[in-house]
Amino acid sequence: MKNWMKISIGIWIAAVVAIGIAMPIGYIPGLGAKARIIFFHVPMSWLAVLAFFMSMWYGIAYLRKKDMKMDIKSATAAELGFIFSILATITGSIWAKFNWGSFWNWDPRETSIFVLLLIYGAYFSLRSALEIEERRATLSAVYSIVAFVTVPFFVFIMPRMMTGLHPGEGSPAPIVNANGKMYMDANMRYVFYASLLGFSFLYVWLFQLRSKIGILTYNNHTEIE
Amino acid sequence: MRGAVAIFSKDLNSELRTRYALNSLLMFVIVTLSIILFSTAGETVSPSLSAGILWIIIFFAAMSGLSRSFVSEEERGTSMTLQLWVKPSSVLTGKLLFNSLLIYVLNIMIIIAYTLTMPSFVVKTPSIFFITILIGSFGLSSASTFIAAIISKANSKGTLYPVLSFPILLPLLMSVIDATRLSTDGAAFGEAAGDFKIMFSYSVVVSTVAIVLFDFVWRD
Repeated sequence: MKNWMKISIGIWIAAVVAIGIAMPIGYIPGLGAKARIIFFHVPMSWLAVLAFFMSMWYGIAYLRKKDMKMDIKSATAAELGFIFSILATITGSIWAKFNWGSFWNWDPRETSIFVLLLIYGAYFSLRSALEIEERRATLSAVYSIVAFVTVPFFVFIMPRMMTGLHPGEGSPAPIVNANGKMYMDANMRYVFYASLLGFSFLYVWLFQLRSKIGILTYNNHTEIE
Repeated sequence: MRGAVAIFSKDLNSELRTRYALNSLLMFVIVTLSIILFSTAGETVSPSLSAGILWIIIFFAAMSGLSRSFVSEEERGTSMTLQLWVKPSSVLTGKLLFNSLLIYVLNIMIIIAYTLTMPSFVVKTPSIFFITILIGSFGLSSASTFIAAIISKANSKGTLYPVLSFPILLPLLMSVIDATRLSTDGAAFGEAAGDFKIMFSYSVVVSTVAIVLFDFVWRD
């Protein structure tokens, strides 16, 4: 990634943060100014899920090509996804304290991010328990595929088990409703998309950096041997 | 298929010879159940809570018993022989058949012991309960057999097994707990249809993925 791109990502995100906090967003029933979390929390959870998908994607690429670089990329995506899911959990939890009155109450969305954290945790424990590199690459790729396949079932189970309070579910849906229609005013929507874009580029940059380090370390390591 | 049957009967024979898995699992169930009985002594356990506790026992009993199918092959060094003689898909099918049988026997023992000791656990809709056990146990064994194949290659197998299995099994566990709760509430059969669909599709999807991916796990 070019230097000017890195600098513009920095300026872009700084601007998004400043505008997101300072911009007047109008009256939103039930949320008020707390709705500003959408500029930071939603991009985090979007990246957490995207990273999970990318980790599986590179895992499949490893199984097809047996190329160690793919495994390094898969692990890198999982590392970043883990960081972003922790950030999404923390931001969401703080918001829940002020909107629902408690940090954690097993809302369907909270349960699903918890499962995502569990899967990432299991993925890293599996990796650390395998010493032979090829075996570690193969088995962790297989595990991420199996984990990815079972995740969609939550979409069907959650509504049966509990009712959601999260914005975007149920009848009083202030910002995003179940049909995926957004009730944000134009300005808010621009800032939201700008934030999504900015954080996605930040993810790409982090991903390139981390996987480059990983691949260089791996090459260095194999040369010594 | 003949290979799968051969693997199944090999495992069954060695189990019948030693009764290692069944004996230790029976003791495990008794120990777990007595801890639950001690901690709930004098309390009235609600039916929905007792449905959850039942599946906690089943989950951890499965976690302590089912990993043996592949771990013992690695420990005894017999996995190479199996790789030479049998197709990978037959190995998985044979192990899956044996583990399913093991978990059915185990669940029958658990349910008998549980209903005898837990007065609040009364199944009011037996049809829901029966189908839940039938499909749920198969789903449980299909996911955990495959995870057992993964962890048999790793260090610290015992701790890793429940850690890896839990996120994978969670959708199944949530639907079986929901269906069991419905059966203790005396719900009509149709109310559990959604849970049955989830259990059934989960078992089909997981066992299909397991068969597709087993080659990579087995011949690394």
